[in-house]
Amino acid sequence: MSAQDERDSAGEGPERELHSGPDSEGHTEPESGAERLAAGLRQRPSRGQLAAGVLLAALGFAAVVQVQSNTQDATYVGARQDELIALINSLSLASDRSENEIAQLQETRRSLLDDTESRQTALERSEQLADERGILAGTLAAAGPGVRVTVTDAGGAVGANNLVNGIQELRDAGAEAIEINGQVRVVAQTAIRDLDEGGVQIDGTRVEAPYVIEAIGSPPTLSGGLQIARGFRDEVLRLEGTVRIEEVDSLELTAVVDPVPPEYAEPAPTE
Amino acid sequence: MIAVLGLVLGVLLGLVLQPDVPIGLQPYLPIAVVAALDAVFGALRAFLDGIFDDKVFVVSFVSNVLIAALIVYLGDQLGVGGQLTTGVIVVLGIRIFSNVAAIRRHLFHA
Repeated sequence: MSAQDERDSAGEGPERELHSGPDSEGHTEPESGAERLAAGLRQRPSRGQLAAGVLLAALGFAAVVQVQSNTQDATYVGARQDELIALINSLSLASDRSENEIAQLQETRRSLLDDTESRQTALERSEQLADERGILAGTLAAAGPGVRVTVTDAGGAVGANNLVNGIQELRDAGAEAIEINGQVRVVAQTAIRDLDEGGVQIDGTRVEAPYVIEAIGSPPTLSGGLQIARGFRDEVLRLEGTVRIEEVDSLELTAVVDPVPPEYAEPAPTE
Repeated sequence: MIAVLGLVLGVLLGLVLQPDVPIGLQPYLPIAVVAALDAVFGALRAFLDGIFDDKVFVVSFVSNVLIAALIVYLGDQLGVGGQLTTGVIVVLGIRIFSNVAAIRRHLFHA
C-alpha cells in the first residue's frame, strides 16, 4: 500500500518493528483509519510517540493555562492597547463625573444642614420667647424664688386699695409673676374691686381674707419694697390687719389666665 | 498511547499548578494554542493517512507556534495586531476544519 510505503520511508526503524507485532499475528496491515488508530494506541513507546506526547503535554498545559487566565479576567485579556486606553479614559471621565456629583451633593447637604440649624435656632428662640411672654401674660404656670405675703384683715378694713398698693409695690420691686390666694393670677388687665359683703373681687373671682399674695422675683428686694415707710405694710397695720412676709426659695404659681386676643389693639407699624 | 498520556498530563499540570500567564506572553498564548491545535490535527490526519512522521510533526508544531506568535507580534508593532490575530485564527480555523474533515472521513468513512 502506498500509505505503508510512505510510512516505511518516513518512519524510523523502531516504528516498523512495532507494527510487526499485529502484522505477524493477523498478517494484515491496518487498512482503515480506525484500525490504524487502534494500533497506534496499542503501540509500545517509541521516539515518535514520545515527541508527540511531549508536544501534546505542552499544548494541553498551554490551553488550560490560557482558558484559566481567560476565565479569571475575561474582560480585558487580549484587549489591545488603544482599547484599554479608551476604556481608561471613559472610566476616568465617569469617575470625574461622579466626583463632581459627590461635591454637589455634599454642598446641598451642607446647605440643608445650615438651613435646618437656623430653623432649629429660630424655633428654640421663639419657644423661649413664648415661654417668657406666657409667664408675663400669666398664661403659663410659673415657678421660682420670691415672697409669700399673708395679710389678715381683723378689722375688715383692708380692701382693694391696699391690695392694689401692695401689688404696685411688688411690681415696683421687680416682681415677675403674682398670684393671690392661689386662685387668681395678677396680670396687666387685672382689676380689683371691693365687695359689699366683704372680701374683694379680682377678675371676677371672689377672694376673701386672709389674702395670700405670692410673687416671684428677688426675695430681699420684694420684701424690702413692701416694708418701706408708709408703704403697704404700714397701711395694713394702721387698718388693724397683720402682714407676714416670708422669703421663699421656691414658689409655684399655678393659676393662669385665659389668653384673650386683643379686640381693638393691633401692633402699630414699626419704623 | 504516550501521546494521549502526554495530553492528559499537560492538562492536569495546568489544572494543578494554575500558573499566571506572563504579561509579555498574554497576546501570543491563545494564538499559539490554536496554531498547535492545527499542527496536532494535521499530525492526526497524517497518522490516519499512514504518513505520520514524528520529525515532521515536531517541526510543524514548533514552526506553527512560532510563526503564529511572530505574526501577532508583527501586527502589534504595526498597530494591526487585533486584525492580524483574527486573520491568523481564521486561517488556522479553516485548516483545522479541513483536517478534522479528513480525519472524520478516515474514522467514519463519511
